[in-house]
Amino acid sequence: MSDSAGVKDVTAEKLAEIKEAAEELSAGDRQKIVTPEYMFFEAPRERAFITGSEAAKEAIRRSNVDVAISYPITPQSETMQQVGSLWAEGYVKEYYRGEEEIGVMSAIAGSSRAGARSMTATAGPGLMRGMEVIASWPGGRIPAVLLIMCRVVNCPLAIQPDNVELAYLLNSGIILFHGENQQDFFDYTMKAFIISERPEITLPVAVAVDGFFVTHARGYVNIPSKDIKLPPRNPYAEAVPAMDNENPPARLSRDAPIQKSNFISYHVHASWQQEVWAANDRARRYINKYMGGLIEVVNPEAEIMLIASGSAVSQSREAVRQAEEEHNTKIGLIKVRSLRPFPTLELREACKNVKRIIIPEFNHMGWLHREVVTALYRHSTAEIVPGPRVFGGMSMPTEMILQTIFPEKKFSF
Amino acid sequence: MSFKNISITPGWEKYMTKEYQDLVERGPYGKQKKVSEMGSFKEVLEEHPMCAGCAMTLFIRLTMVGLPNPEHTILIGTAGCGRLALTQTSIPFIYGNYGDTNAVASGLKRGLEIRFKDQAKDVVVMAGDGGLADIGFSGVMHSWFRKERFTTIMLDNEVYGNTGGQESGMTERGALLKMAPKGKMFDKMDMIGLAQTSGVAYIARLTPTNPTRVASVVRKAVLIAREVGPTFIQAYTSCNIEYAIPTPKVMDDARDIESKRYGFMEIISDEAKAYLESIEPAKKVKK
Repeated sequence: MSDSAGVKDVTAEKLAEIKEAAEELSAGDRQKIVTPEYMFFEAPRERAFITGSEAAKEAIRRSNVDVAISYPITPQSETMQQVGSLWAEGYVKEYYRGEEEIGVMSAIAGSSRAGARSMTATAGPGLMRGMEVIASWPGGRIPAVLLIMCRVVNCPLAIQPDNVELAYLLNSGIILFHGENQQDFFDYTMKAFIISERPEITLPVAVAVDGFFVTHARGYVNIPSKDIKLPPRNPYAEAVPAMDNENPPARLSRDAPIQKSNFISYHVHASWQQEVWAANDRARRYINKYMGGLIEVVNPEAEIMLIASGSAVSQSREAVRQAEEEHNTKIGLIKVRSLRPFPTLELREACKNVKRIIIPEFNHMGWLHREVVTALYRHSTAEIVPGPRVFGGMSMPTEMILQTIFPEKKFSF
Repeated sequence: MSFKNISITPGWEKYMTKEYQDLVERGPYGKQKKVSEMGSFKEVLEEHPMCAGCAMTLFIRLTMVGLPNPEHTILIGTAGCGRLALTQTSIPFIYGNYGDTNAVASGLKRGLEIRFKDQAKDVVVMAGDGGLADIGFSGVMHSWFRKERFTTIMLDNEVYGNTGGQESGMTERGALLKMAPKGKMFDKMDMIGLAQTSGVAYIARLTPTNPTRVASVVRKAVLIAREVGPTFIQAYTSCNIEYAIPTPKVMDDARDIESKRYGFMEIISDEAKAYLESIEPAKKVKK
């Protein structure tokens, strides 16, 4: 039966061709594009026991990232190393190790302006070094994602967790989320891309976690299949044009006559700054939609309320449990997910009937305390306790929080 | 740029300025213009706020003529005089932070290569000696080491002109300038040598004394950067204000400096040479 033999051969040939073509496709190309809503809320998830760095890697794998640029710094290095393997596997299209953070943050500005979905990560002194550039991203209306694994800012040298660096980001115009654990790091990172690229937002988003506590410790993370990914970026649906010369020529600079000191110059800059902060504020809608709100409230009826962000939330949760189980007192807890935009109205509402507010922080200067005091001024009669605080790498024993809750009792820590 | 992006919507021609209509009808897009044709086509840079007699402005105008595909080029600059003219070109121009040009260009070029697989997008950095040799030095060197595929053009006026005349690393030893009240204490930096050491595919040093040569060098540099690797042009573009060169003598000064220490120099790798030969004869045959 020569005919059927012939058919068989053709089929085999075709199969080989298809196989070859499939092999030519990168791992990323083989992923199925799904809507953000499906990815965030509907896709079946499996529970994994992984570190924060691995959680970030798995988020990047599913985020359809074009360009990732790395530079080592403890405790971040592991994350961008892992993103490097994603590039090697074909999940990320372009990756390289930059010269240092100013170079990396500048290159991210470049790749984002090219219309490519771009991300990097840094920590402590690295954030400080890249700060000139990072602080210019919002003004440049750069959609990009920056992961931050907080550590001590030198000097003296230390690599330990301490989140004072976030204080510097609060006034930059960047959208800033602070994750509590590995699950948050996974979820916030993917959501950050979608929020960053919204036409009415078009701003960089930073997702911070506390170094080591989250990055190097394992936790349970529910993750969807690696066979799906977020939709690609559409650089033609954003607030400023991509600099790809497919738009009418544009310039990212003010004209010479209006860049020096004159009335028009002041107005150009003033209105630009207002628009950056207005765009930052417009992110609220998507934080509510995708992240369940700017804050989470535990025991809303409680008269004593803990307000915390990052790892301080986990310690506070445990303190809340101990207060109830061991001291028969119901304590409230507000987890602040988004530091910029800041949940001013949400805090006022949640603290309406609160008598005492305690703000545990992992830094010396107490930036969250200042933010809360500013938000609640004349909107609450509660006593606002500045602390407890640990810094320089210390962990926060729950007894430290309990001592602040129950000053009349004696806790050892 | 797709040409349609600058084309005027039918019916709106009479509302557009003459300059814009000229740019659409007689601009350099889609066809490489020659220096000898200047005056007969609409240049991408005409009006600018640069000082009278500025050699840098002449050099920038000639550079724009040399670009092989201005419609697919993105310019990157940093603080300095050059960007005052570069912002006035009808080519997308990115001005970021101090000394960030070559890092931005690295990210931009790689991003564009992902998005435009079938259309070459040329990235050209144009910045001053301070921007490239001092504050942007690390970025420049690393972009060369990484073999990033874009062109770096140094507008070397041997001084921080825009901030009012301070010495730079490219200033000649002994020059009396601000922040060098006893004269500059060390030699002019050898950026050509550093470019060679880091394996730049095409290096040229020149002054604006020969306009055709400027355009030709820029064209080569951009083409080579597209396919082979990083290219570097170091151009003497005097600051007649800070060096007190009388306006009518600016070109005399350029010729003088050229003959003494800034002679035309071109260093091209074998690979770059072979590439140029592979595309240029084809063009000649067409003619």
